[in-house]
Amino acid sequence: MTSLPLADMGKIYAERRERAAESAARRVERERRLADAVCAWLGKDLVKREAFRDQQVIYVPIERAHETLAHCKNALGFDQLTDVTAYDTLKLEGEHPERFVMVWILTNLGQEARLRVKAYLNEDDPVLPTATDIWRGADWPEREVYDMYGIEFTGHYNLKRLLLPEGYVGHPLRKDYPLRGRGERDNFPVIPRTKKASYE
Amino acid sequence: MGLEDWLGNDFISTRVKDLLAWGRKNSLWPMPFGTACCAIELMATMSSRYDMARFGAEVVRFSPRQSDLLIVGGRVTLKMMPVLQRIWQQMPEPKWSISMGACASCGGVFDTYTMIQGVDQFIPIDVYIPGCPPRPENLIDAVRLIQEKVGKTEIQKLIDERTGIDHLARLEAMDRRKQEANA
Repeated sequence: MTSLPLADMGKIYAERRERAAESAARRVERERRLADAVCAWLGKDLVKREAFRDQQVIYVPIERAHETLAHCKNALGFDQLTDVTAYDTLKLEGEHPERFVMVWILTNLGQEARLRVKAYLNEDDPVLPTATDIWRGADWPEREVYDMYGIEFTGHYNLKRLLLPEGYVGHPLRKDYPLRGRGERDNFPVIPRTKKASYE
Repeated sequence: MGLEDWLGNDFISTRVKDLLAWGRKNSLWPMPFGTACCAIELMATMSSRYDMARFGAEVVRFSPRQSDLLIVGGRVTLKMMPVLQRIWQQMPEPKWSISMGACASCGGVFDTYTMIQGVDQFIPIDVYIPGCPPRPENLIDAVRLIQEKVGKTEIQKLIDERTGIDHLARLEAMDRRKQEANA
């Protein structure tokens, strides 16, 4: 392979960067349009809408979350569920007194676009319908959310702990769970180096 | 000098105990319990550049029932500790163990609810290796220390202590019973 002079390489890289920027701008535009479509479909039920570094985030009421996700898949082509997760706000998000936020990250493979759907979820009754009937891939992420936050998904066919051992008590990614645990890590039988000699 | 002079160059004199200890310490069969990056260093140590075979410990057994040296390399979590204990209990006596790296020895930087803060709380450990992860040289050094320990160990005594059975007393008792039955 012959190497190009440095000046040419600089030009080629500059062109490449320009093309990448253009393509990113087109993608941002597509994502914005798809988010517009979801907002229009939700109408006055839309809780709020954000764009962080051009990433579209839509907050929906928890009662309409399942419906919105189904709409995103069936009408808007979000055929892949990239992740389901949640976080604990510790009720610090001002006007929204609910404690948890559910997050669904959707991908539209045809249009190369992503969308984040969020929903506030109350601490007292953290239950919502499963998304496994829309995307089969929601199975393990939902189990993980259940494991870490204690959020339950009705209709999930196998809702049990994914990562932590069976019989573990508590949900450790809740912010009020102590970092060093509640003594689980010190609670094992000790295998001694020697046994007491017994003469038969 | 002495017996060797009399027998010629092809003979050496030693004690059976020492001969067995020499054989045992130069043919350790490690059981790797590699759960994190220490396992990568462990693999490097076993492979040609560092070549653990020079110290007779290259036969890595993934079955605890065939090995006599447990190398705990990496983080041990809440869910893994019962597995580790079971593996340790499955290994036949005499057996030794190395706690490799900061995580296995003290939990390392992972001071959280799911990390065991040192496997030596729950299983006996003979040699600790510091480092995150330790270099292969450190692991070789640890194996040399284990070899030293194995060479000095009185095996029957160690097995008696570990199993809680005085085998000599037991044999004598069996003999006595046999004689009594014959008489």
